[in-house]
Amino acid sequence: MKLFPAIVTFGAILLSGCGPSEPPTTGTPVSAQRLSEAQYRQSISDIFGADIKLGGRFEPGVRKNGLLAVGGSVVAMSPAGFEQYDIMARAIAGQVVDAKHRDALIPCKPVDATKPDQTCAQLTLSKYARLIYRRPASEKELEEPLSLANGAAASKGDFYAGLAFGFAQLLDSPNFIFRKDVAETDPSDSSKLRLTAYSKASRLSFFLWNAPPDGELLRAAEAGELDRRSSLKTQVDRMLASPRLENGARAFFVDFLNFDQFDSLAKDAAIYPVFSAKIAHDAQEQTLRTLVDLVITEKADYRDIFTSRKTYLTRNLGVVYQVPVASEKDWEAHEFAANDPHVGILTQLSFTELHAHPGRSSSTLRGKAVREILLCEPVPSPPANVNFTVVQDTTNPQFKTARDRLTAHRTQATCAGCHKIMDPIGLGLENFDGAGQYRQTENGAPIDASGEIDGIKFTDAGSLGQALHDNPATTACLADSLFRYAAGRDFDAGEKDWRKWLAQQFAEAGYKMPDLMRTIATSDAFFAVRPANGEIKEAQR
Amino acid sequence: MSVNFNRRRVLRGMLGGGAVTLALPFLDCFLNTNGTALASGRPLPIRFGTWNWGCGMNPQRFVPTKVGTDYDLLPELKYIETVKSQINVFSGFKALLDGKPNLPHISGMQALLSGGVAAAMGPMDAPTIDVLVGDAVGTDTRFRSLEMAATGNPKHSYSYRSANGFNPAEGSPVAMYARIFGPDFQDPNAADFKPDPNVMLRKSVLTGVTEQRDDFMKQLGQSDRTRMDEYFTSVRQLEQQLELQLQKPPPAEACHVSAKPTDAPVGTEVGMVMSNHKLMAEILAMALACNQTKIFNMVFSDSASTLRMPGEQMIHHLMTHEEPVDKALGYQPKAAYFVERSIEAWALFVTTLASIREGDGTLLDHCLVMGHSDTEYARIHSISGIPVMTAGNAGGRIKTGIHVSAIGEPITRIGFTLQQVMGVPVEKWGMGSMQTNKPVSEILI
Repeated sequence: MKLFPAIVTFGAILLSGCGPSEPPTTGTPVSAQRLSEAQYRQSISDIFGADIKLGGRFEPGVRKNGLLAVGGSVVAMSPAGFEQYDIMARAIAGQVVDAKHRDALIPCKPVDATKPDQTCAQLTLSKYARLIYRRPASEKELEEPLSLANGAAASKGDFYAGLAFGFAQLLDSPNFIFRKDVAETDPSDSSKLRLTAYSKASRLSFFLWNAPPDGELLRAAEAGELDRRSSLKTQVDRMLASPRLENGARAFFVDFLNFDQFDSLAKDAAIYPVFSAKIAHDAQEQTLRTLVDLVITEKADYRDIFTSRKTYLTRNLGVVYQVPVASEKDWEAHEFAANDPHVGILTQLSFTELHAHPGRSSSTLRGKAVREILLCEPVPSPPANVNFTVVQDTTNPQFKTARDRLTAHRTQATCAGCHKIMDPIGLGLENFDGAGQYRQTENGAPIDASGEIDGIKFTDAGSLGQALHDNPATTACLADSLFRYAAGRDFDAGEKDWRKWLAQQFAEAGYKMPDLMRTIATSDAFFAVRPANGEIKEAQR
Repeated sequence: MSVNFNRRRVLRGMLGGGAVTLALPFLDCFLNTNGTALASGRPLPIRFGTWNWGCGMNPQRFVPTKVGTDYDLLPELKYIETVKSQINVFSGFKALLDGKPNLPHISGMQALLSGGVAAAMGPMDAPTIDVLVGDAVGTDTRFRSLEMAATGNPKHSYSYRSANGFNPAEGSPVAMYARIFGPDFQDPNAADFKPDPNVMLRKSVLTGVTEQRDDFMKQLGQSDRTRMDEYFTSVRQLEQQLELQLQKPPPAEACHVSAKPTDAPVGTEVGMVMSNHKLMAEILAMALACNQTKIFNMVFSDSASTLRMPGEQMIHHLMTHEEPVDKALGYQPKAAYFVERSIEAWALFVTTLASIREGDGTLLDHCLVMGHSDTEYARIHSISGIPVMTAGNAGGRIKTGIHVSAIGEPITRIGFTLQQVMGVPVEKWGMGSMQTNKPVSEILI
């Protein structure tokens, strides 16, 4: 750990282990998470400015046990995927050194712009390597990009053109594209590992801001402040108070609510002429604005997302919700009336249209989404040999509504087990068609939106929202998911006590999400690592 | 580091001194290549690819009643009539589950492509045939492989190096064209050749990245090392692409770059898919003729087909389960429509490859393409006779125009045979009771 002498210096003043009430965890094996598309974009924007264009595209992420963030810890990269990263690296590097940006971004001027300039190249690359790698680069690590920048500058007769190759190498590096944990021996117990302060800084900032560490956080890491509980708390509080928290919360909800599925969402234009790519975009934004406003800005009880009537609309969305929106372009705050069927995020388009077929609503898909996403209860896959045909014909005069058809389907023993945990939930949303539009009838028959969830009966979407609000699994799921998202890993079987403890902390905080984020960000579990190679024996217990 | 320093120094001197006139042997030496250069006058490459459509077929309308040559074409297969002599049809080969559940639309694909089935939903956890063949036939082309999805969804790909090493698909003909025939494309038939000094520098960028491997691997566990090795392999692949760009490509007589396609909507509506598939097939055929890759995977529709018809409430997959069987016809007519469009598209794909003259035959003659689905009869997710076909004779290595009928034989026999035909040194393949060392001898020369 010669790179970080400060850490050794502060080694004696370390965290005194777990807080009195936090149960031990197994910790995360030292690993590396691939930056998500949003994280990559944010990093480039933070480091070089928001006007830098990427000019490439990203491989789709991998969802593992419900979260892309967990998949980020297992996903590799295909040759076609890396090709795109290299295209982006070159495009970004080219812009950083171009005439438009160089004065603002390059911290020095070469003595002669037609020749290599070792001093200026070194100053530039070491400054940016620290931001790109989210830690200082070692001399050895700088040798290659520097030598490349100098060689290319000489051969091209252009200092800046040469520098671009050095930048491209930093951006193509796994040290940028992956967030790799670096562990060091815990000064308080040489049988254990702990994350280096820079690794902690990355964890914190990607969790709370979905962005790389800012200058202040890197400074705090360098000064060893993230290894001391009190100064760690100071940093976490600073980050929670920052407007960037909204970014972090949005990124979590995009992942948690499976909004990546919007990328391939299609609706039949003849059946749902109201649907468009613009509507799909606005639908996501509506829910994100609703959530951020409620749980971050107002610090409301998380459970209120299922019962709140407050939201934001565009004129486009107003057409679907049948609400006049005065502003042509802007978002407007709106509160649905007490007798309006729209209440809570389940009745928002981002839920009803995402969890439906291209030409039809689906109580099963919606029930499955409530179970798996919002309650963290996986539904088994369907049996292979099922006969749906008799009961699923929407033109069958005996079974006009989805309820009629599903009831008949559920009488088959092989299907009943799973459908009874999905359909009675989804039926509560049958007043919303496959494009999320409110309706009172289907095929001429009135819709009965009553149902049941975990023994609680409800009569419509509103009371379904209330039932979810009151369901203890709702908050436990959010707490679990937020931690798994933050740490990029699943829980081990031995971490039940810790999960209970976290749920308890959440409850005691009145289910306020910023408090839950603070609890996680300052917990020992969040930073706990165990060796992946076995060079130090299991760190915990 | 001294080696690198020397390399850089040479680079600097070379670029500064009008290196573009340097002879190739010097370039080879400079680039420290590993002998992957395309020698002029070598035999035409043999390409391997897969072509997938989702949700199977209706056996009584698809499976030929006659075996061997001169097999008959029932209504769902009649579309291949003009290329029938170049297509083999395999029926009755089975995915064996060894007590594991039949995961709808997944188990069949896993068995056929990776030789084993998983116990629970998830990705393939063994490499797929295209990757195994690719590793054997080498990477002396610009792209290790090309994956395409006519549905426009990059997730619609079934090519895996490992459970976490997924090869996503190209979803747009325009983007696919730009990637292959954009500024980095070198016309193999161009009269003059000048290595681009920028390409040398780009290659140095990547060499420096691969040199970070040992440091980066520190502290990582075995599974992370494996996945990071996939990353470094991807970097190395691009490095090799650039190496190739520094050498004059051998002429390819069949290479005539087609015009750039115009931007068109991409999506799952079947007409859109048919038209994008046609464009992609044409671009791919040209990429193969121009030696840009030897491995490809085309997805016409995903394994639980999301194709749809305008104005229909149900997508193809849903239809296979929920459309009533027409009592008079004996099948689901709307779902069957999608099967027929799929086979029509497969025939078009094969015809596209066959329409390009190459050597003393056609491009198709130097290909081996496995066309297949994920299920037999999708309504019940049957996997006892998943439809599989091959097109092309792999440069005369197999017979074509044959219907091979099996009863309950493991479906891995097909993948095993194709690997051997493509030169993969494999003695047996498949997991559990699907392990086989028995090729489908009916098609072997």
